Amino acid sequence: MITILTRRILSLIITLLAVSLLVFSIMNLLPGDPAAIMLGTSASPDTLAALQKQMGLDQPLPLRYLAWLSGMLQGDLGTSYTYSVPVAGLIVERLAVTLPLALMAVVLSVAIAVPLGVTAARYRNGPVDLIVGLFSYAGIAMPAFWVGLLLILLFSSSLGWMPAGGFPGWDAGIGAGLKALVLPAVSLALAQAGVLTRVARTSVIEVMNEDFVRTARAKGLGEGAALWRHAVPNALIPVVTMLGLQFTFLVAGAVLVENVFNLPGLGRLAYQALSQRDIIVMQNVVLFFAGLVIVMNFLVDLAYLVIDPRLRAKAQ
Amino acid sequence: MMARFLYRPVLVTGLVITLALVAVALLSLVWTPAVPSKMQILLKLKPPLSAGLFGTDQFGRDLTSMLMVGAWNSLSTALVAVALGASIGTAVGVFLAARRGWAEVIGMRICDIIFALPPILSAMMLGAFLGAGRFTAILAIATFMVPVFARLTFGAALQIWTRDYVSAAIGMGRSGLAITFTHILPNISNQIIVQVTIQLGLAILTEAGLSFLGLGMPPPAPTWGRMLADAQTYLGQAPWLALLPGLAIALAVLGFNMLGDGLRDLFDPREQN
Repeated sequence: MITILTRRILSLIITLLAVSLLVFSIMNLLPGDPAAIMLGTSASPDTLAALQKQMGLDQPLPLRYLAWLSGMLQGDLGTSYTYSVPVAGLIVERLAVTLPLALMAVVLSVAIAVPLGVTAARYRNGPVDLIVGLFSYAGIAMPAFWVGLLLILLFSSSLGWMPAGGFPGWDAGIGAGLKALVLPAVSLALAQAGVLTRVARTSVIEVMNEDFVRTARAKGLGEGAALWRHAVPNALIPVVTMLGLQFTFLVAGAVLVENVFNLPGLGRLAYQALSQRDIIVMQNVVLFFAGLVIVMNFLVDLAYLVIDPRLRAKAQ
Repeated sequence: MMARFLYRPVLVTGLVITLALVAVALLSLVWTPAVPSKMQILLKLKPPLSAGLFGTDQFGRDLTSMLMVGAWNSLSTALVAVALGASIGTAVGVFLAARRGWAEVIGMRICDIIFALPPILSAMMLGAFLGAGRFTAILAIATFMVPVFARLTFGAALQIWTRDYVSAAIGMGRSGLAITFTHILPNISNQIIVQVTIQLGLAILTEAGLSFLGLGMPPPAPTWGRMLADAQTYLGQAPWLALLPGLAIALAVLGFNMLGDGLRDLFDPREQN
């Protein structure tokens, strides 16, 4: 187990390094001087030169990359040009919104998808299966940011039950903070749930045909007990896999949904950095998101090894 | 064959929606009820049926015409992006399957890395340097599609490489390139077609997201995503401005997804359950 773990962690580190190199290359090899882009056309040559020096743009590329990396290891991601604060602090501050949002969305999507998928599998090819199938198609097809707009229209504009956007901050109390995240999380969760429902249904149907479920039934276990006690736990592995694979889309959705609901999260930060041409912030936020996706998939990989002893044997 | 085709509700529904979308998009090239960029302030924010079929926006522009041209803008961007990503991705996938060894290890790892960058984020990075626009959107979506197709075709090609007829071709001294063109590609083409269809839906979704953030085609070209972004300001006042473009996006994605699923079942009935 330790050998596998070491190998996986090594591979994770190499992948993270490669992503950092990719992001750095895109940001630095594309035509256009980052300092000039940040300052706009009206900047004087002196200001431009000063910023170029501050950003280290007068240094050779490999040196700049190494400086960025070593800074990162020390928690120093540079200073935001527009906010004049350390980027690392900015990311941590915004993460306090994005992380709970993503977690809520994941929990919600699983809570919707597993019961729906299992029910559809149990009553396969019947009317319930059809309705669940339609829900799943709709969930996948509807853009999360549009679902967000519809939810605002219904629960804020019409009914007035929920805030239409903004975030009061966690200082205003956990309840108020969570309330502001409910509608955004639902918008994000629906698309995820659409995909997960399908996976859960297919996976349960497959497991229901396995020998051990047949044995459980032969022992006299009812259909429901055989399903929930034996089939569902075994059918969850593909659902977990899909959850990992879908993380990229969750991140992309968060960028959009945070903008719909005016949430001061990482996605909104990336968008603001783009409109203010704050390249330093953008480079770090993009790397952070990509790193998050990679670490997420790494954790899913590890989760398999914990869940399924057969894979552990194979990996050795 | 025809009967087999007609008894597949998913496939037929997907095909009907997709064909309708393509027809509307093509029609918009030669005819729209009004000029989509023509502003008529006196007719602003008219609800559906009171001015044109779907009403007007905040500048009094005809929503029907904007949606029609939006269909073309969205579809053409998605098509070019997926065509680009699928071609490069497939070339990479079948190449790696033919070469194996280190090329495979390195190639697949690069795919993992590209896949970790959501197209919205790469579009933001590209947009900062290249400026927002259709080119940026296509480049970002296509880049994301490359690993998707590379992984799919790599896995599928590997299976074909183990078949007896391929071993026979290797025994006859045929080159990897020749085998790839005569045996591998024809045998995995169905899987590629299915994936292209499904990814078209995803590309439309992504394009809408990029346009929503202002990273798609610049105004005055109407795009579904930007129509939604503009609608945010008038949500309480003119809800149809938010409903209709979103519905158009959802329908388009639904059509491609159903078509893709239907085609998969048609090509490989074993996959169906």
